[in-house]
Amino acid sequence: MKTAITTALTTGMTTLVALGAISLSAPASAEIRLGASVSATGPAAFLGDPEAKTIEMLVEQINEAGGINGEKIKLFLYDDGGDPNKARTFATRLVEDDEVTAIIGGSTTGTTMSIISVAEDESIPFISLAGAIQIIDPVRANVFKTPHTDRMACAKIFTDMAARGLTRIGMISGTDGFGASMQAQCHDIAAEHGIEVLADETYGPQDADMTPQLTKIAKTEGVQAILNPGFGQGPAIVTRNKAQLGIDLPLYQSHGVASDGFIKLAGAEAAEGVRLPGTALLIADILPDGDPQKEVVTTYKTAFEAKFDQKVSTFGGYANDAFLLMANAMKTGGADAEAIRDALEATTGLVGTTGTYSFSATDHLGLDLSAFRMLEIRDGGWALAE
Amino acid sequence: MTFNSKWVQLAVLLALIAILPVFFPSGYYFRVGALIFVNALSVVGLVILIGYAGQISLGHAGFAGIGAYACALGPEALGLHPALAMLLGALVSAIMAALIGKPILRLKGYYLAVATLGFGILVSMVLTNERSLTRGPDGMEVAELGLRDFLKGVGLKLSSGEFWYLVCGLVLIVGVWIALNLFNSSTGRAMRALHGSEVAARTVGIDVAQVKLQAFVISAVYASVAGSLLSLQNRFITPDVAGFMHSIEMVTMAVLGGVNSVLGATLGAAILTLLPQVLTVFAEYEQLIMGLVMILVMIFLPRGLLPSIAAKLRGRGE
Repeated sequence: MKTAITTALTTGMTTLVALGAISLSAPASAEIRLGASVSATGPAAFLGDPEAKTIEMLVEQINEAGGINGEKIKLFLYDDGGDPNKARTFATRLVEDDEVTAIIGGSTTGTTMSIISVAEDESIPFISLAGAIQIIDPVRANVFKTPHTDRMACAKIFTDMAARGLTRIGMISGTDGFGASMQAQCHDIAAEHGIEVLADETYGPQDADMTPQLTKIAKTEGVQAILNPGFGQGPAIVTRNKAQLGIDLPLYQSHGVASDGFIKLAGAEAAEGVRLPGTALLIADILPDGDPQKEVVTTYKTAFEAKFDQKVSTFGGYANDAFLLMANAMKTGGADAEAIRDALEATTGLVGTTGTYSFSATDHLGLDLSAFRMLEIRDGGWALAE
Repeated sequence: MTFNSKWVQLAVLLALIAILPVFFPSGYYFRVGALIFVNALSVVGLVILIGYAGQISLGHAGFAGIGAYACALGPEALGLHPALAMLLGALVSAIMAALIGKPILRLKGYYLAVATLGFGILVSMVLTNERSLTRGPDGMEVAELGLRDFLKGVGLKLSSGEFWYLVCGLVLIVGVWIALNLFNSSTGRAMRALHGSEVAARTVGIDVAQVKLQAFVISAVYASVAGSLLSLQNRFITPDVAGFMHSIEMVTMAVLGGVNSVLGATLGAAILTLLPQVLTVFAEYEQLIMGLVMILVMIFLPRGLLPSIAAKLRGRGE
């Protein structure tokens, strides 16, 4: 049976060669190893791409300035393409093979949840860049996150609606992870804020036309405003369709589309008057001088835009904050995972682009609603609505 | 040679799985190994369907999704042990395959491909949109299998990576053994006969519809078990597992390694699982490189890597 033996041996040799190819060089000393797994390509690339660039830029900056307590940061950055299974593999690789002492990453809730199980098993401090509340509720010893939760976005939007006397609304939500999660959270707290959801429509993440859903909402008796939880291209289409249909109701978008790309995609004319909860980063230029976040957002915005010739987005800001928090914790924690974790939890009053972080044993998000700004799109740019 | 080809192939696979860990510098390699075995398992299922019986499926990730979510939902909703949930998932997959296989296996070529594609997308949509049951696109956590703690109790301490390497390796060997046995069984011969010519197969008294259905159901069970192993291993699952791209990935692995050869398919799974890990430096070009590899293999080694290389080595070149 020469055939079978040749066949079998070929398999063996090829597998050996392939496995050999992934071995890496031995670790060097006097450095802090930081791991990152973000979705720089794939469907979540609009989140992961600025995040990856931000982390790379900040590591470079800090190393040029002499590192943390004289120790350079060595970054291991992987692209999980938005696939939770890959994210888990990369998390394992970061911990087992690259021997990192801390991880930043998880652009989406799915990839974050995959990384969490590794971080928790191996007790590695992990700062997530994803939105959902389930990441930090219940609190896990080693897991922190920088973006606001979708629940807080709902609260901010509902507060603004109530202030304007808009209490009966229609919702149109994406069925992607972000949209679905925010839709559920908004429903959960609508009553608390005296908001009544009269119409509730959804669309698929790839849909190219939302006029039927919008028509249905507009025809629903008593609807005073429309809320669109979702990210990616969906909200831009909703915004355009609403303008095309001539629906004269105030439109609220989520923090998921807080970038200049959204205005471009929806068209300045259609987006005029759209409100959404965003971070100080988007309005860095018009932020008053006394604002506590002015310095942080300007520094990050200037550095990022100079280096990459591309506008900053809220998402890159999440990575910026995560890195600031991690670097700050490493100043006291050094290269010891447990000390970094403890230092992270003890962080108080650290100003980031998203808000001012104060962690505690029971709060691993550390932000409140004050950091959210209600923004309005005016003349193709951002303005403070309050 | 007194050895049966089947036993040689199994022995080589077993030896590889047993010996490779000696060269592993860290726990991460066990994880990659376990992933290769899981992918290989579903691809071996496709070898039975595509390689033996000559039928195509672009929806097998759907069955992986059923298996994966059975392990997530079984323990939570029905209080089942995860291992039982895995069996339940395999059973559900088999029943689904039998039900939908009956009508759609009458189709041939592109039509069959599109019908199976539709099935895969349907499963993926149900998993994404039935939020009350599956938690939607953000995915859900999966219960611990518990076997590792049991092993620890009897004095065998394994890390999570080592444990899953072992479990997935064993399941793959069993899967390969069954597939190789099937090849020479009367059912396997019937499958290969209808692959060659349906008319001829019918003429010699083979129940073509029945045999096709058998191949479809068997391969669905393989995909389902692979999905279950993946979800139990990751302890977290999202609807991506049932996604269209996952189906394509499976077929690509099978075709790359050699769709007629069980070991070839295993090799295909190994290469396509390893490639993204090797190419992390070129992450942006990963798709490009994979596409290029695929095109080159199709042009120069149309029967797949392993059969073509083996033929060349034997000096019979093509």
